Amino acid sequence: MNEFLRRLLFLPNQASTFAQDIDKLHFFVILTTLAMSMGVGLTAIFFFIRYRRRSEHQTTPHIESTVLIEVLFVTVPMIFFLTWFFLGYTEYIRQATPPADAMDVYVQGKKWMWKFAYPDGPNAVNVLRVPAGKPVRLLMTSRDVIHSFYVPEFRIKQDVLPGRYSQTWFQALEPGHYQILCSQYCGAGHSVMRGEVIALKPEDYEDWLHAERRGLPTRQDSAASAFEPVGPLESTLVEQGKRIAASAGCLKCHSIDGAPHIGPTWLDLYHRKEIMEGGEQIDADEGYITQSIMDPGAKIVSGYKNVMPSFQGKLAAPEVAALVEYIKSLQTDPATNGPPGGPAYAPITGR
Amino acid sequence: MRRLQDVEAPPVLAPAPRPVSYLMDGTTVMSWLNTRDHKRVGVMFLASVLVFFFLGGIFALLIRMKLLLPGPFLFDALTYNRLFTLHGVIMIFFFMIPAIPAAFGNFVLPLMLGARDVAFPRLNLASFYVYLLGAALALWGMVHGGADTGWTLYTPYSSTTPTQVLPILLGIFVVGFSSIMTGINFIVTVHTLRAPGITWMRMPLFVWSIYATSIIQVLATPVLGITVLIVAVERVGGFGIFDPARGGDPVLFQHMFWFYSHPAVYIMVLPAMGIISETVCAFSRKNTFGYRAIAFSSLGIALVGFLGWGHHMFVSGQSTYNNGVFGALSMVIGVFTAIKVFNWIGTMFRGAISFTTPFAYICGFLFFIVFGGMTGIALATVGLDVHWHDTYFIVAHFHFVMVGAVIMAFLAGLHYWFPKMFGRKYSEGWGLVAAALIILGFNATFIPQFLLGNQGMPRRYYQYPAQYQALNVASTTGATLLAFGFVIIFIYLAIALIWGKPCEDNPWGSKGFEWLTASPPPTSNFEGTPVYTQAPHDYRSHEPSGVYRG
Repeated sequence: MNEFLRRLLFLPNQASTFAQDIDKLHFFVILTTLAMSMGVGLTAIFFFIRYRRRSEHQTTPHIESTVLIEVLFVTVPMIFFLTWFFLGYTEYIRQATPPADAMDVYVQGKKWMWKFAYPDGPNAVNVLRVPAGKPVRLLMTSRDVIHSFYVPEFRIKQDVLPGRYSQTWFQALEPGHYQILCSQYCGAGHSVMRGEVIALKPEDYEDWLHAERRGLPTRQDSAASAFEPVGPLESTLVEQGKRIAASAGCLKCHSIDGAPHIGPTWLDLYHRKEIMEGGEQIDADEGYITQSIMDPGAKIVSGYKNVMPSFQGKLAAPEVAALVEYIKSLQTDPATNGPPGGPAYAPITGR
Repeated sequence: MRRLQDVEAPPVLAPAPRPVSYLMDGTTVMSWLNTRDHKRVGVMFLASVLVFFFLGGIFALLIRMKLLLPGPFLFDALTYNRLFTLHGVIMIFFFMIPAIPAAFGNFVLPLMLGARDVAFPRLNLASFYVYLLGAALALWGMVHGGADTGWTLYTPYSSTTPTQVLPILLGIFVVGFSSIMTGINFIVTVHTLRAPGITWMRMPLFVWSIYATSIIQVLATPVLGITVLIVAVERVGGFGIFDPARGGDPVLFQHMFWFYSHPAVYIMVLPAMGIISETVCAFSRKNTFGYRAIAFSSLGIALVGFLGWGHHMFVSGQSTYNNGVFGALSMVIGVFTAIKVFNWIGTMFRGAISFTTPFAYICGFLFFIVFGGMTGIALATVGLDVHWHDTYFIVAHFHFVMVGAVIMAFLAGLHYWFPKMFGRKYSEGWGLVAAALIILGFNATFIPQFLLGNQGMPRRYYQYPAQYQALNVASTTGATLLAFGFVIIFIYLAIALIWGKPCEDNPWGSKGFEWLTASPPPTSNFEGTPVYTQAPHDYRSHEPSGVYRG
């Protein structure tokens, strides 16, 4: 039944963990919609046949609805609409909440290509290699205008904005090739801003990763010629971030060993609960760290002065990503704190 | 002047000489350009919006022709981007928004209220010239290269692209004033110029819908004006309000844009619903089933419509909490539409239905508004929207509501009021042929686009992956049928206008208030002050709905 309706409605393959559940809701909603609209259209035609005008001077009885009927007219659609909404929003929360053990990949959209940066080192253009069966979280930003990261077969889509990070996640069910489309209009090359997710068997993914780190060609590279590495391959994002922190002067004010200084220390900064000036408590996630680099005066940690210059336009998105990744790596005891790739934003429900 | 003192004698039966119609009262060009008559202003608006509809339609056909092939074809990507931008800008700001309120609203609203004119006749004429000025600015921009931003004008693309965005922005800014002027005029007219006997609960439902529309026009349009002006200032002066490279926030633009543009879809849809509320009574020869429900749901849409803008931004990066609130509020708007649909169906129950061209469009409208409206609700169930967002599904949904519902209602109104406006009858046979062609062509155009959206084809794609070709070809075929339908309508209406035989004052036997007077009406609308003794569309008898007081 699922397969029949999927083909009937021209839906692409259900390649992610939540694709099939979304499609089930889709079938329910679309079939109800079709039934309702056909019902209304056919009733109109039936009434025309049943109550067609028999003479030019025909008069008609005066019929007015009762309150009960109007209440019925309101409640019946309301029940349907709210049911859809409840199911759809629950599904959405699942789509919007990456699992805590998700692997992070940094995505940068620019006219008209997708760049991917892995915390473990390799970079890629237009081809995103991931292990199948493992959750992957994408932390995305744009270098120019708004783009949108869309993989129809995963049923995911998220706008990619300049000057801020947005996130989405997926878990590919099977190894395979899945098309990436840009769905937010971005100019002359909008329709060719395409890429590909290649889900590999976990062991193949590890092979690829090791080969990348050694700078060697791999089996997969011969299959996908669109892949072109950018930037130095020998260093991980954390190592790059360490270099940038030194060269951009971050360490003049921020310590990495917990010592108090002009700015808050970076040690254990990631996911620290910081009290802002004015009493608000926030979670120092990727979004907050990025904002503090780009617009330092927006949210000042209580007890510090607003003295940091903005790095808007001075640091490129990959450099910010490297810095964020470096800050995330500065944990007192990584063994007890877990991997640095937790959810960027606190999940609403623990599903 | 003929004055009817006698309650017993219906004016339409009196064998008096026909009064001089507004069409014959001055035939020079200046008598039109300098008129204060709401009917002439309405006709001039009608002619202008039809010119823009034609222009926007040509752009739509060019887009569909290109999409026959997946690769480059006919013209390059930049031209394609300009074409869909101009198609959207023209159809929305220069056709849809003024089409029903400024053309039909102007013409029939005072007639329905038993008034001699709108409250501010000069302001009314001014609104027409402001509209022309805005249109001229936009056309100037189109001739000098056109913009490539899409009608949504999203920043920072629109603040950085080198195309002619500025004249388009100014055109939209100026035409907004026309919309506000019309809105204010109608609100005051409804409050102050109702004839004796027309209480609030006896106002024709078209008037209710135009009244609700006017509220939205007056409250929402300034926000659009501010928004496009800020984009213009950002382009010219380099201020950073929306462009993050200059310290701005691109999502702020989306909030401001949709704060206008979501209510704006009700500026387009509410008057269409008003036409259906009138015509469904006239052609079923039946009183409205739930008058209060329809009247108050118009106001409900006007108010709650302001609270749903965020459902255009589910994947923009706004918070999951926001998405939930906006999604839930959108459901409420859907219910207001549902209640209208059920009451229209209820109106047909035990009526005396004549299958004429307008009724064919009513049937089309009912199917399209339910399917188009419910796909809108489907899009507001956040989880489903993620897949559909910015794909052809949203294009198809929008066109189902805007073309399917609004244009069907526009055509129903055009045919229903054509004898009222020009005193002539069109060919009913050709009318039905064209209606069949349009409803068929419309389904053939946009149902494939729903499926394209399911399949995952993003909107505004110049080139597309080959798997989307079959459905694109189907859609283009449908669009061709649709275009033929419009050509047929244009031909038979032009023939009726020039060679059509004068028809009687009330060829439909309608008891809508505007049919009390002659067709076409005299310049002063009524020969005396009409006093309405019945509610609109009371078909228990053939007594006229009002009498004249000296």
